[in-house]
Amino acid sequence: MSASEPLIQVNNMTHGYKMAGESMTVLKDLSFTIDFGEFVAIIGPSGSGKSTLMNMLGCLDISDEGSYLLDGQEVRKLSDNKLAAIRNEKIGFIFQSFNLLPKLSAAENVELPLIYRGLSHRERKQLAHEALVKVGLEDRMHHRPSELSGGQQQRVAIARAMAGSPPILLADEPTGALDTRTGHEVMQMIQELNKQGHTIILITHDLEIANQAKRIIRIQDGNLVEDRRNAR
Amino acid sequence: MKLYQSMRMALKSISSSKVRAFLTMLGIIIGVSSVIILVSVGQGTTSQITEQLNGLGTNQLTVNITGRGATTSLTYKEALALGDIEGVENVAPVITGNVTAKHDTDNVSVSVEGITPSYEDVKDFHVQAGRFLLDIDTEYRQKVALIGSGTAEDLFGTDSPVGQKMQLNGISYKIVGLLETKGSSLGGSNDDKILIPISTAERQLQSKGVRSITVATTTADTVTTVKDKLERLLNVKFNNADNAFTVFDSQEMLETVNSTTDTLSMALAGIAGISLFVGGIGIMNIMIVSVNERTREIGIRKAIGAKKFDILAQFMIESIVLSGLGGFIGVGIGVGGSWLLGKYSPLTVSIAWNMVVISFIFSLLIGVIFGMMPANKAARLRPIHALRNE
Repeated sequence: MSASEPLIQVNNMTHGYKMAGESMTVLKDLSFTIDFGEFVAIIGPSGSGKSTLMNMLGCLDISDEGSYLLDGQEVRKLSDNKLAAIRNEKIGFIFQSFNLLPKLSAAENVELPLIYRGLSHRERKQLAHEALVKVGLEDRMHHRPSELSGGQQQRVAIARAMAGSPPILLADEPTGALDTRTGHEVMQMIQELNKQGHTIILITHDLEIANQAKRIIRIQDGNLVEDRRNAR
Repeated sequence: MKLYQSMRMALKSISSSKVRAFLTMLGIIIGVSSVIILVSVGQGTTSQITEQLNGLGTNQLTVNITGRGATTSLTYKEALALGDIEGVENVAPVITGNVTAKHDTDNVSVSVEGITPSYEDVKDFHVQAGRFLLDIDTEYRQKVALIGSGTAEDLFGTDSPVGQKMQLNGISYKIVGLLETKGSSLGGSNDDKILIPISTAERQLQSKGVRSITVATTTADTVTTVKDKLERLLNVKFNNADNAFTVFDSQEMLETVNSTTDTLSMALAGIAGISLFVGGIGIMNIMIVSVNERTREIGIRKAIGAKKFDILAQFMIESIVLSGLGGFIGVGIGVGGSWLLGKYSPLTVSIAWNMVVISFIFSLLIGVIFGMMPANKAARLRPIHALRNE
């Protein structure tokens, strides 16, 4: 938990799929570390393995080989329920297609991870309210996703991701489904969250978006081909 | 806390597709309500029959003589001799027939029984006004009569019949007593009849001999042994002829009836149980569809931290709420339907509250059992596969 230790430590991560009887390696011997408070963009063309890498970093899947230390904990050895707890407490997900539950209101969507964390009704309401205020949607709290614009939906998703104050925000093409202007707004919000101390991992194929990060990791054919600091 | 949340989510998802939820519950509703109605009708019928048989008396045997050849009855004396059998307390020989009873311009066709004074004790049938028949009435063939409360109302309306006269097939009788109201038992109404002395009845009905004898035993326990002795005696009298007489034992009859109606009730409950089972399959079917439809939702929930148990609980609760709600509606329809049947149909219905409880619990169990497989399927989905699903 000490700040001197990296938040994320990936060593020799290798992963493959079997497709139509043919096995193919998607991640090849990846190793890198990410510290607390960083803003990292992982970029690569489609099929480069960046989505698989995101699944691994987000504890949605477990790699075949290598090790993945998250906050000093070896993820590969954990049970499904422990992984769920880690996703709940340490990672906030922001998806390209928002992934809000259509039957729940904005506030209920934001509360959802807090329910699974086992917080009391009052705490949940308060945290959800605070998060929605932060993304500027306090007047849209009881609207359903279908009553919100794309940009507003993504802001709800951001509120959901950060309501429980997880150390890591994992954003998968967060602007992919938005127009340029609202995409820009969303990116500003993510920048702001980084300034507040959240570690941001941004997965994108868009170099322009990636350039807003402080560090860029480039993946190609499952290999790490570039890891550079962005001197903005 | 979490359970309450899961409950709310389940209710939300059910209420968002009401028609589908209703159709899913229909199987359970029909199953539960038919179990309750069928068993209620069965129980009502059984208790009605039991009551009627008990009305005949538990320490009684009824001997009916059909006779053989020229001997088609017992004489009055022979009938009374049955009273000497050990264990017999009293004997009431009866001659029956039908007459037209007339008073002023009212006349009514009614059954007449020629009886002895022992009838009062043996049948436990008393007068509410006037007096019962006496030995002296029998001895002197008095034209006196006791009248049932139903017949009295037909002939005399609200007037007291005691002391009045009436004609039975044109012969004048004096009414000396009004019988108490007893209602019906197996073998017809007890209130629509006229009782006259047995000796008078032999002439009135032009019938020689006794064809029906009610025998009261000292206790209910001796019924069987007395029955054996009676049968032995009568077999001697009728030279072991088949079907010359029957000895009817209400206790034995009760057992037969009970076992028959029990079997019937079980069969009906079984059929209804099968429809509950089919309803359960309907629930499982719709839950599987629901899990498939909501794969993405499951993926999202898992990604943001839902554990296996959370997803399992969500879908289990949904299935239990579906079946429980169906059971609840079914109980309502079953109890309401039974009540209506009891009120507006000739059937006797006694609402089977034990079945209400059992079938409701059973419907909840169906939700658990048939929800298990789909819920487990949902809980085991891997988040990446579920999220990829569009």
